[in-house]
Amino acid sequence: MGLSDLFRRDAQRRQALAQAQVVPQAVRCVQCGICSYNCPLGIDVRAHAHSGRPVADRHCITCGECVARCPRGVLRFEACSVLTLDAVDGGR
Amino acid sequence: MTRRYLIIGTGAAGMAAAERLRLTDPRAEITLVGEEPHPFYSRPGLAYLLLGHIPEGQLFPRPKDHFRKLRIRRLHARATWIDAAAHLVGLHDGTRLPYDVLLLATGARAARPQVPGMDLEGVVTLDTLADCRCILRLARRARRAVVVGGGITALELAEGLAARGVETHYLLRRDRYWGRVLDPVESRLVEGRLEHGGVRIHRRTQILEVYGRKGRVHAVETNHGRLIKCQMVAAAIGIRPRLELAITGGLAVDRGILVDEFMRTSAQEVFAAGDVAQVYDPQSGEHKLDSLWWVALEQGRAAADNMLGLARPYHKGVPFNVTRIGGLTTTIIGAVGQSEEDQDLVTITRGDSETWRDRPDAFAVEASAACSRLRLLVGRRHIVGALIMGDQTLSRPLQDLIGCKVDIAPIRERLLHESVDLCALILEYWERWKEPRVAAQP
Ligand SMILES: Cc1cc2nc3c(=O)[nH]c(=O)nc-3n(C[C@H](O)[C@H](O)[C@H](O)COP(=O)(O)OP(=O)(O)OC[C@H]3O[C@@H](n4cnc5c(N)ncnc54)[C@H](O)[C@@H]3O)c2cc1C
Repeated sequence: MGLSDLFRRDAQRRQALAQAQVVPQAVRCVQCGICSYNCPLGIDVRAHAHSGRPVADRHCITCGECVARCPRGVLRFEACSVLTLDAVDGGR
Repeated sequence: MTRRYLIIGTGAAGMAAAERLRLTDPRAEITLVGEEPHPFYSRPGLAYLLLGHIPEGQLFPRPKDHFRKLRIRRLHARATWIDAAAHLVGLHDGTRLPYDVLLLATGARAARPQVPGMDLEGVVTLDTLADCRCILRLARRARRAVVVGGGITALELAEGLAARGVETHYLLRRDRYWGRVLDPVESRLVEGRLEHGGVRIHRRTQILEVYGRKGRVHAVETNHGRLIKCQMVAAAIGIRPRLELAITGGLAVDRGILVDEFMRTSAQEVFAAGDVAQVYDPQSGEHKLDSLWWVALEQGRAAADNMLGLARPYHKGVPFNVTRIGGLTTTIIGAVGQSEEDQDLVTITRGDSETWRDRPDAFAVEASAACSRLRLLVGRRHIVGALIMGDQTLSRPLQDLIGCKVDIAPIRERLLHESVDLCALILEYWERWKEPRVAAQP
């Protein structure tokens, strides 16, 4: 592996680290479904909110609709590491 | 031998218990009895259906084949009696269901004001999806509505009706909104936003009588002798746990079904959870009611564990709720109560916890911005309560600081100092408290 490869990988890594994902706090959620209803990609955000699992879905474009519309402050953006993305999304 | 688990009530507590039972005991025989015809739905979500923020189909969080997949038998019926000695429950159609272990998760129902005319068509309360459908149907024709009640649901009704284009008159018994939990500034903030949304607020006003024509609401008369012509009256003055069934079985009841820390009622192998349960709180030595979604879920799960014989005491932790009032997300943690008595609240209102009203022995510290407000109740060593309205930046830090009873002695003096930047101080202290904990995580 050349030096430039190493640099590119590092840059990719930094970019992924800077990326945010939607992280729920289950105890706040009353399962009203406003989040899923407003997701432009049809992700079942509510299921994540209920279980407390981050929305580490490859389809999520982190547009923030769910975060902004949730009436209970259940969802927020958190910077995610490459590791979490892979680990959580592995099951899909 | 296969154990037969019977659950009455298909709300949050009953559902959480059924799912937990299945998860822990794959062989258990689980029967869930509920009188509502719909699949499991989000009861708090009804407020958003009323506002038009979601369509009805959005209220159902579980897939259609949920029960089949979990091998849970779901009966659409009303349970009418219990014979605790014979381990039997009777249904409205004469069916008798034997059980080994029984859970009562029958919830609560809105109380109705004791004034003449409450049986007229057009008088509504909001407990169920059927109620919500009825309100939406009536609102299509109604020009004017009167709303009474002092808590969250009354406000949701007022906002919902106004959003549907109905001229809405909101009657407050006292001189301000939700005086038992909010302080005067918070009440005014919410009221101002309601009024801005077109709701007309009448303070120190009560209904004396509802008048009808041809069986339908026509007007209400207030204690000021005023007649308000209207086609709807919506009431949310408090809720009452549904005790009818428990009483047929001779179970010990007070305002709710009395249960110990293990969610056990006075009858052997009979448990209760959710809005109907009045749970022993070892800290105060009293039995307390809650009417909160997450509490119902947790109690349902705790009851299931104990039904399985796992002997897990239920510890509620710090009372906590998030709601939206006057369009402002509001988090309430711990004890924030005001001393003002509010007769509007017959027992407890929806989305409410009795523990909030414990009078904290503490100083209040406040900070307000345009549409945000923070109120802290600061004890000698701990923050004992907080109310965070609008901007929620401090919500999670305060959940930790209050929930984990973090010693605040190092910042207490600065906290109480008028000119301090509360937000910065709390965030910084929380970050410092959190750091070693995050580092210690695997
Ligand atoms: C409009 C509204 C807004 C709310 N907002 C919030 C909020 O913002 N935050 C919050 O935390 N909580 C809120 N709540 C309260 C929350 O919904 C309740 O705390 C929760 O639903 C309680 O769950 P439960 O399972 O104990 O009772 P319920 O959800 O009431 O379920 C009980 C079920 O049992 C059935 N049942 C009763 N008796 C029988 C019988 N004899 N036979 C068969 N079935 C029977 C009932 O029909 C009902 O379906 C709100 C409630 C309402 C109505």
